[in-house]
Amino acid sequence: MSTSDIVARCTGLFEDLNFVYAREWKAARPGRKVVGYMPFYVPRELIHAAGALPMGVLGGGDQLEVIHGDAYYQSYICRIPRSTVELGVTGRLDFVDGMLFPSICDVIRNLSGMWKIMFPKTMARYVDVPQNFRDDVGGEFYVNELNELRKDLGELCGRPVDDESLRHSIALYNENRRLVREVYAFRAAAPWKAPSSEVYLLMRAGMVLAVEEHSRMLGEYLEAALAENRPRRDNTRIVITGAFCEQPPLSLIKSVELAGCYIVDDDFMLVNRWEKANVPLEGDPIRNLACTYLHGSMSTSAKYEPDLSKKGLYLVDSVRRNRAEGVIFMAPSFCDPALLERPMLQNVLAAHGVPFIAFKYAENSGQMAPIREQAGTFADSIKLWSEA
Amino acid sequence: MTATATAAARPAPKTAAPREAIKEPSMVKQKEMIAGNYEKLATAKAMGRKVASTFVPGNLNELIMCFDLVNNLPEINAIQNGLRKKSGQLIVEAEKRGQSEDVCTYVKSDLGMLAKGNIGPDGRPIPSPDVLLLSYTGCFTFMKWFELLREQYKCETVMLHVPYEGEGKVTENMRAYIVKQLREDVIPTLERVSGVKFDIDRLREYLRESARAEEDLVWTLESAKHKPSPIDAYFGGVYYIGPIFTAFRGTPDATEYYRLLRQEVQQRLDAGQGPVTPEGELSKEKYRLVVEGPPNYTSFRDFWKMFYDEGAVVVASTYTKVGGTYDLGFRHDPDHPLESLAEYCLGCYTNRNLPGRIDMIEKYLNEYEADGLLVNSIKSCNSFSAGQLLMLREIERRTGKPAAFIETDLVDPRYFSPANVKNRLESYFQMVEQKRRGAGVAAAAAVH
Ligand code: SF4
Ligand code: SF4
Repeated sequence: MSTSDIVARCTGLFEDLNFVYAREWKAARPGRKVVGYMPFYVPRELIHAAGALPMGVLGGGDQLEVIHGDAYYQSYICRIPRSTVELGVTGRLDFVDGMLFPSICDVIRNLSGMWKIMFPKTMARYVDVPQNFRDDVGGEFYVNELNELRKDLGELCGRPVDDESLRHSIALYNENRRLVREVYAFRAAAPWKAPSSEVYLLMRAGMVLAVEEHSRMLGEYLEAALAENRPRRDNTRIVITGAFCEQPPLSLIKSVELAGCYIVDDDFMLVNRWEKANVPLEGDPIRNLACTYLHGSMSTSAKYEPDLSKKGLYLVDSVRRNRAEGVIFMAPSFCDPALLERPMLQNVLAAHGVPFIAFKYAENSGQMAPIREQAGTFADSIKLWSEA
Repeated sequence: MTATATAAARPAPKTAAPREAIKEPSMVKQKEMIAGNYEKLATAKAMGRKVASTFVPGNLNELIMCFDLVNNLPEINAIQNGLRKKSGQLIVEAEKRGQSEDVCTYVKSDLGMLAKGNIGPDGRPIPSPDVLLLSYTGCFTFMKWFELLREQYKCETVMLHVPYEGEGKVTENMRAYIVKQLREDVIPTLERVSGVKFDIDRLREYLRESARAEEDLVWTLESAKHKPSPIDAYFGGVYYIGPIFTAFRGTPDATEYYRLLRQEVQQRLDAGQGPVTPEGELSKEKYRLVVEGPPNYTSFRDFWKMFYDEGAVVVASTYTKVGGTYDLGFRHDPDHPLESLAEYCLGCYTNRNLPGRIDMIEKYLNEYEADGLLVNSIKSCNSFSAGQLLMLREIERRTGKPAAFIETDLVDPRYFSPANVKNRLESYFQMVEQKRRGAGVAAAAAVH
């Protein structure tokens, strides 16, 4: 299969706001369940082990006309909750049996309660994660929370989640994350061979496809991308940060690339590679998930950094590891986590001599010209600077 | 959101011939208390005292006192600067220094104040904290706020993560997690910073004192069930929660304040009097309202006057529950000190899920026999505001009472439009009138 075939498949999934794939998956066998989740992280292994399909819900993008959703939110609140409500109110999520709302910000947190009221037949759960990283404190709390979720999901799906199935699911997700990391590493090594607009769609496909199928797709993409010859440009290598929840329109990612940037790292869909290494398979699987969260997961604004001297270094590491020349702060308008974190990250970058620019977007932003111009000027100035 | 005004900051009337403000003993007492705490802050370094900064919801004042720490509450400083009309320039300063126009204005007012030399609202310097006690309760912004402050002060920071009541209940796991953090992290850090050894009996004593004050606070808030209400539970309520939500819970001063307050309210009740307002007593109660959401502080008095002019009294508000939901029965318990602190944090209003918040409002509308609900939606505060339009619909559906929505901000004067707010309020009161007439006609029809 060529990259364009794979990308065409991903595009179809991305544009399908009726979630036909997930509907068909559910209809294929009686009793199957689908559990939706919002950014930035949920333990998808638990959903999988319960026999359900985990499905990422990332708002409505720029194709969904939001009519009802706006009636639930004031103008100064970001877009993703309103388009998500729109998806719900218009029946596009009527096949979803459960919805998980992670602890990312107060908007998603409150949406968990709204969902309970608006869609009482759907199991809606807020997923809390520890902000204390000691095994005997935050770890213990998270183990108990995960067990609670495991019980709820077992009840929803009509079968208890046993350790063996959970280990099996962890193994599948370990493999998936390995491949995701490989795609990211491949793009960072040869960004002209794996354009970000493609990698983005590939990762988005992981929000809806069954994990085995997504892993196969990642493998096929890697093989196809490696084999294809694509022209190499003298683009500037940049990292994108701040886009971990409401997603930018695809045209925005394309615009940044067209402006002369190679995106060598991003935080678009953290859930795909939240765990940085394999979750161990031996021992208590719940404890393993909890421990990996505490000690082996990525960093983002919604996760507290207890150590001031480490604050924001994850971004500097990403710049170094991926040989980036600059950072673009790309945040949804009105996004507390991204916008409150931004000045701290910028200070860390400045201290390490990493150039950056910042702009805001909405999932339905239409005007790309200013962004292309800003990103283009940024890319050019970095090039000029490095040649000087 | 959170926080409280104080008698000390009651803004001076703007008119040329100001009405003589009624000064009741409780107000004088509170004014002294607030001034005393600012005095402690201003002299802390000279006196060799250590300072802790913390938040109003999940405020562990009793614990802080166990270590002889002076308690500084950045939200209160932001409010005080708002009331004194200083916050606008501080916010602009923070935005100039890279803070987004989209984020909470408490944070920006605080960072702006710091950038301009950390001169407190009373014109005296606020000392750098020795410890930031990050009680992460009911608001995501808190975590970033103290990370931002930590970056500036480079001081010790201790996080107390309070899980959210997503399922509308407190679980043993949540309680145990908080207690463990207190034992393993918070208390050892405060011991280290202060050099004072933790004494649980001292904590018990403070908690006993807290519970006394809490009784009188609840009595005061519930006095609004009478008709006419002797208090305003939103604008006036902001003053009533002052001591208990801040640096005084657990002190004999707070107990004394609430004793005085209760006496005064009892006298007003006996005399059939309405609430005391900056414009004088509200003698004719025309409308009884429940308000959801924090007030605006930069035009606090003008805002209040809009209600006064219409004869509207707020009989219950959710804002007066952000620092504790005592009216739902919680009391600090000296027999279970750490568990009780955990329960307290978990129960703060914005740590409750949306269905729970709606239930509370519904209960208020019924128990306080209110005419309707008014939502003051705060641009700054997603914790409060995200979901309020659904809350409003639900309340209308469940109670049949009219609800209205206004939008302002806490301490950013750019987002308070007096004309808009006034218009909204006027049409809302017309709605209430119509509803009453409708009910009257229906009642008459039923009789005939
Ligand atoms: S975009 Fe930001 S503010 Fe909006 S829901 Fe997502 S994390 Fe929260
Ligand atoms: S977001 Fe709301 S609750 Fe949080 S600090 Fe700001 S005003 Fe307070």
